[in-house]
Amino acid sequence: MRHGKYPFILSFLALPVGLYAWLVILPFAQAFQISLTDWSGSSNSFNYIGFDNYVNLFKDERFVLPALQHTGIILVVMPVVTIALGLFFAFMLNLGGRMRRGRIEGVRGARFHKIVFFFPQVLSVAIVGILWKQVYAPENFGGLITGALTAVGLPAPVNGFLADKRFVLAAVIGVLVWSAVGFYLVYFSSAIASIPRDLYEAAIIDGAGRVPMFFKITLPLLWDSVQTAWIYLSIIALDVFVLVYLMTPEQGGPDASSEVVGGVIWKYAFKYGEQAFASAIGVVLFFAALSLAVVSLRVGRRERIEF
Amino acid sequence: MATDTSTPTEAPARPAQKPPRPEGNVLNLFSQGFLWVWALLVIVPVVWIVMTSFKTSREIASDPLALPEALHWANYANAWTNGNIGSFFLNTLQVMVFSVTGTMLLGAMAAYVIARYEFFGNRLIYFGFAAGMMFPVFLALFPLFKTLSNVSLLNTYTGLVLVYIAYSLPFTVFFLTAFFRTLPSGVAEAAVVDGAGHYRLFFQVMLPMAKPGLIAITIFNILGQWNQFLLPLVLMNRNPDDAVISQGLANLAMRQGYEGDAGALFAGTVLAMVPIFIAYVIFQRQIQAGLTAGAIK
Repeated sequence: MRHGKYPFILSFLALPVGLYAWLVILPFAQAFQISLTDWSGSSNSFNYIGFDNYVNLFKDERFVLPALQHTGIILVVMPVVTIALGLFFAFMLNLGGRMRRGRIEGVRGARFHKIVFFFPQVLSVAIVGILWKQVYAPENFGGLITGALTAVGLPAPVNGFLADKRFVLAAVIGVLVWSAVGFYLVYFSSAIASIPRDLYEAAIIDGAGRVPMFFKITLPLLWDSVQTAWIYLSIIALDVFVLVYLMTPEQGGPDASSEVVGGVIWKYAFKYGEQAFASAIGVVLFFAALSLAVVSLRVGRRERIEF
Repeated sequence: MATDTSTPTEAPARPAQKPPRPEGNVLNLFSQGFLWVWALLVIVPVVWIVMTSFKTSREIASDPLALPEALHWANYANAWTNGNIGSFFLNTLQVMVFSVTGTMLLGAMAAYVIARYEFFGNRLIYFGFAAGMMFPVFLALFPLFKTLSNVSLLNTYTGLVLVYIAYSLPFTVFFLTAFFRTLPSGVAEAAVVDGAGHYRLFFQVMLPMAKPGLIAITIFNILGQWNQFLLPLVLMNRNPDDAVISQGLANLAMRQGYEGDAGALFAGTVLAMVPIFIAYVIFQRQIQAGLTAGAIK
């Protein structure tokens, strides 16, 4: 068995590592290099111009600055709302029911709710985009919300929610939360299920209500899961683009009011032929993701509670 | 067995006890209320779009909330023939048969070696894969586009399959490495004593033992690759007939803007939703477990 260990290892690693290096690592490395040039992407000639792209990036008031601001807003709002709702629903589902014979129970129909809540997670983003674009559509295009608002006599935005600068970003964030909540509900649910029930029963005997129970028992014991969820959601938030592409006018409009970093990279790279500039924005995004992961791992560290 | 005693059908009769004043009724009502609000938030748009898909385009615009006057099946015929939904399905399947198989095979091979063999560079390779989970794919889009075009794989399914595999590897390897580490080494040692080589050990002993992990991550990859939009948008943009399902739907949505056949668009959307819905209802337990598996150790 000793002999042939290295040939075996090599034969198993060659393909996956080779493919990964060729199509993932190398393109990323090239992007760093391209970001220091003035390459348009179409010709073969380019010059190294140092960090000029990075300097110009923060002067681009048309796309990049709004995009940074919007991605920042999404990065703060989306994970917080999703985690809060996910935790709340998971707690309700598992511990929000009646009490029978001194035991806390989940609500009736918990299984049904889980199935329903999770469903958006399996829908492809194209379907979600088309669905919600129509839900938000103006009334004369048959929008659901505008139609319902008018039906009960309330004012609705004339051009629908997506063509309205005031609503478009919130509308996109709403859809992101809508599709993510179910996943975190199921995720937090299984974490809650692994907390021993006697902890809760002891708390009941001590006369604790459900609210202190949530903050004093559930939340501290779920801290690890919340932290993981936060990292996942932050990465999703940084990569938001497809929904904006599918739903909003001009893929980031109106007037760049739903422009996001991913969308700006795509626009500069594939519409305006400014590869170098697009790569520089990408590098900024890369370091944002990296620092997020590092920060959350450092700050979030707490003593793990064994049970 | 002549004396058939195996059917004690009368289960121990449950004493018809009155629950002693159930507590938490108010809370129960409160939580049911909130849960139902969200459930409706999921159900209503989906049901509404199904309803809308049976309306004529004029009905859709004029009265969004009303039920369709008659079931307008022509929308579905249009989506299937003009919208090409059927061929988008086949395109996607054609890609995924290879990309999912390839991802699982290569991912399992790499993860197994990383998890159970010591060699120089083991950690480096592991972290190299794990770091890939975090990279924003936008950064790599253009160099990737160039790379594929240099080897004439741009706008080919082969290229797309290779890219899908490469970009699915980080999570697959990360997850399966953790899984292979948890497998007991006793069985492996016994197999080695019996004279199994490295390859037989992997294919005949370790892979079957890793089945639960493999199933979970396969489901994860199937859903992920089925829903992929950004990569085909950039790497398969020449011939609209070659589009995969999510891309085909998006093209249909863009065209709908000026052709004005909203009914066909929603019928196409529903057609794309139906297989997912059926699979989800049947396998919802496995799907939920598979998708959350990566996060739960």
